[in-house]
Amino acid sequence: MAEETEKGSSLATDQRRGFLTKALAVACGGLATFPPLAAALWAVLDPLRRTAGAGNFVPVADLNNVPADGLPRQFPVIADRVDAWTGFAAEPIGAVYLKRDKGSETVEVLSATCPHAGCFVEMDRESKCFRCPCHNSAFTLDGGIVAPSPSPRPMDSLECKVDKGGGVLVKWQNFYTGIEEKVARP
Amino acid sequence: MSATSSSSSESQQRAGMLAQLADWFDDRTGYRAFVHEALYERVPGGARWRYVWGSTLVFAFMTQVITGLVLWASYSASAQTAWESVFYIQYEMTGGWLLRGIHHVMAQAMVVLLALHLMQVVIDGAYRAPREVNFWLGLILMMLVLGMALTGYLLPWDQKGYWATRVATNLAGLVPLVGPSLQQLVVGGPDYGHHTLTRFFALHAGFLPATLVLFLVLHLTLFRKHGLHAKQPVTKPDGLFWPDQVLKDAVAMLAVMAVVLGVILLPALRAMLAGEPLVTGHFGAELGAPADPSQPYAAARPEWYFLFLFQFLKVFEGWGATGEFLGAIIVPGLTLGVMFLMPILGRWSLGHRFNVVFTLAVLCGAGLLTAMALHEDYYALWADRSAYADVEQLLNETGGDPQKLAMALGNDASKQAVFEKRRHEYEAIRKSEAFLVAVKQAKADAERAIELAGRPEKIPPTGALALIRQDPLSQGPRLFAQHCASCHAHVDPAAAEAEAVLAKSSAANLFEFGGLSWARGLLDPAQVAGPAYFGNTAHKDGDMVSFVTDDLSDTETWKPAEVKAVIVALAAEAGLPTGGAAAGQVKKGRELMADTDRCGSCHAYGDNETELGYAPDLNGWGSREWLVGIITDPTHQRFYPDTNDRMPSFGVGRDGGTPTLSAAEIGLLADWLRGSWYRPAASVHETAGVNQ
Ligand code: FES
Repeated sequence: MAEETEKGSSLATDQRRGFLTKALAVACGGLATFPPLAAALWAVLDPLRRTAGAGNFVPVADLNNVPADGLPRQFPVIADRVDAWTGFAAEPIGAVYLKRDKGSETVEVLSATCPHAGCFVEMDRESKCFRCPCHNSAFTLDGGIVAPSPSPRPMDSLECKVDKGGGVLVKWQNFYTGIEEKVARP
Repeated sequence: MSATSSSSSESQQRAGMLAQLADWFDDRTGYRAFVHEALYERVPGGARWRYVWGSTLVFAFMTQVITGLVLWASYSASAQTAWESVFYIQYEMTGGWLLRGIHHVMAQAMVVLLALHLMQVVIDGAYRAPREVNFWLGLILMMLVLGMALTGYLLPWDQKGYWATRVATNLAGLVPLVGPSLQQLVVGGPDYGHHTLTRFFALHAGFLPATLVLFLVLHLTLFRKHGLHAKQPVTKPDGLFWPDQVLKDAVAMLAVMAVVLGVILLPALRAMLAGEPLVTGHFGAELGAPADPSQPYAAARPEWYFLFLFQFLKVFEGWGATGEFLGAIIVPGLTLGVMFLMPILGRWSLGHRFNVVFTLAVLCGAGLLTAMALHEDYYALWADRSAYADVEQLLNETGGDPQKLAMALGNDASKQAVFEKRRHEYEAIRKSEAFLVAVKQAKADAERAIELAGRPEKIPPTGALALIRQDPLSQGPRLFAQHCASCHAHVDPAAAEAEAVLAKSSAANLFEFGGLSWARGLLDPAQVAGPAYFGNTAHKDGDMVSFVTDDLSDTETWKPAEVKAVIVALAAEAGLPTGGAAAGQVKKGRELMADTDRCGSCHAYGDNETELGYAPDLNGWGSREWLVGIITDPTHQRFYPDTNDRMPSFGVGRDGGTPTLSAAEIGLLADWLRGSWYRPAASVHETAGVNQ
């Protein structure tokens, strides 16, 4: 009988000591696994810090080469590009459509990236409109939506200026796709 | 003792030793009980074919692990090496095409097997208590497999994988709140590149399969714990897993493998029967042209099993951003949500019926959407465009202007409605035609990329894309279409469409410019004023035309042999093949060109001292250097300083600005026009070689 009580009380103290042991075990184990997990998470989130850099003005063409006939022409955007560890000098990084109306000195610029989900919008010369080959979005030559369209917004226009020498400079930017507002990616 | 009995006792002895060893091993590991448990599982109602789907899926996954690991051993994930290493696997490595083919086709088989397995489980009600958790594990496994399919599609870094991934990751950006960050995390930065590949590869070959194995172990453990869910009612006596069900499973696996191999090898067999040369690299899995963000890719489509999701986005036409959000996130999310609820719904018999109908509806819906997508894309193959000639004509006449259209249709509402409907159909045909053209172009681009990568010089460290960007055959037609084709034609005069193309052009046909037949046409009185030469230009009434029509046609002053000699000499000047002309003939032609009573009266050539400016320089006429010169600046003294007819100076920027074409681009155009590009050794004698 006495033996049993003794046993019981020792078990009780065991249990009390047990709690401390458990807490310590969990704490030590957690502490040991925290650094690799934290380091992994930290590094995995690295892309969030990366930005494409504020849109720079990139020369894409000469005003002469944009016929003033109201028909958009496709031009490659050529600029230096960094891809993680590789630096590319003067690489085609995307494409734009330049349009100049009759007798106009100003150029309208549309990004060739579809605002629906990012495919490459092409010009349909025959029907005088833009068409996206992916989900049938169509746009007018000004980039406006041709309804009904899966695209939530017109084609993205880009800022543009013509310098003294007649060079057409375009502010190259990417925008979030699939939303109504035109929001530039950082 | 006879010899036989001695040997039998020996074998007894050996068997005894083996048994001892097995005992020893069992004692340490308990493997017998384990094997027994694994193999002698009771199959209520006996083995059945309908139970094989799970096993075939495990088999398919094992196939992917085996082939995937070896592919991994040869794959290099970076923007300059991914395509290149896959090219190497596909075209250079022994058996690489088969390895990649099995991996590629089995991935598709896995998606089909998943659908079958899911259908069987739902129809049999195998998700009911106590198997709910196992059903959920199965759904998670399904998502992991689809995730691996999605990430694997990008790894070859070819055009189709690249553009499909762009769309998929952009859609991921639509997830509320975390979307944009999520997208940036998978893409590995603001733009697609090295880190998109390294991340997708880590997901595809590391994170996803490791998670999959974990869930598969849980799935199988629970499966064993609850036992097989027998098809009710059980009428036949129970069977055993080994060997009854295993045999059926193995036969099913064999069938799956046979189908996979069939898909890979049948095209090879067909090529063999057709007597085509067998290039093993062409079989198994396709490899498109290297990814190029600056090059439109109108053939962009996801892999066929995601085609229904792709098509689903089109359903929400006109819904704006809500539609895209619904199509890409909400509906697929809700569908998955309902599937997760199935075990709970299935407690009621009505709920079970709902589950069955829902699953079938989803699968049928997916099937229907896939069919719609294919129908839209390939519509032009069976549609009759000529039946819409009137629509086309009316659209051309009115320029598509709604008011003019209404007028043309007599402001008749019913006529207009009919017209609108037919216009819609007509546009569907045109869209499909454009897609088919894009597919053909993509195929040609891929073939060329592979041809270039297979050069003896191999791929430069800058990657295959750099190779393509410097290739006249790849870039020439694009540059020509963009900068030259609005005036110049480039069409084989013998082609069926030549007449129509030439009628539309306003400058010379540059097909095989500088070559023998081009020069022959130029000096042909019947052709020189035609649309292929000066007919549609300001030079139509110029001195060259009258010289050819008047002087050259006079066989007294110009003997046919002399004209022939000049033709040959011109081709020689261009450095193009002269059709094996004798050196004497070329020399004769050159003398005539220099002669100030002949060509030399207008053209400068050799030492004839005729001044430049009146007619184009014949020194090096048609050569690369000459072509580069005239494209750069046709108003240069050597060409048409005073009589240039509308041709822009492509290589000269206004007031020192950027020229339209860079020197490299002009070089590419010149090389392409002269037919000077890399040809693989086998076809050198088939195509005209270039001397210079
Ligand atoms: S990406 Fe252009 S319509 Fe979808």
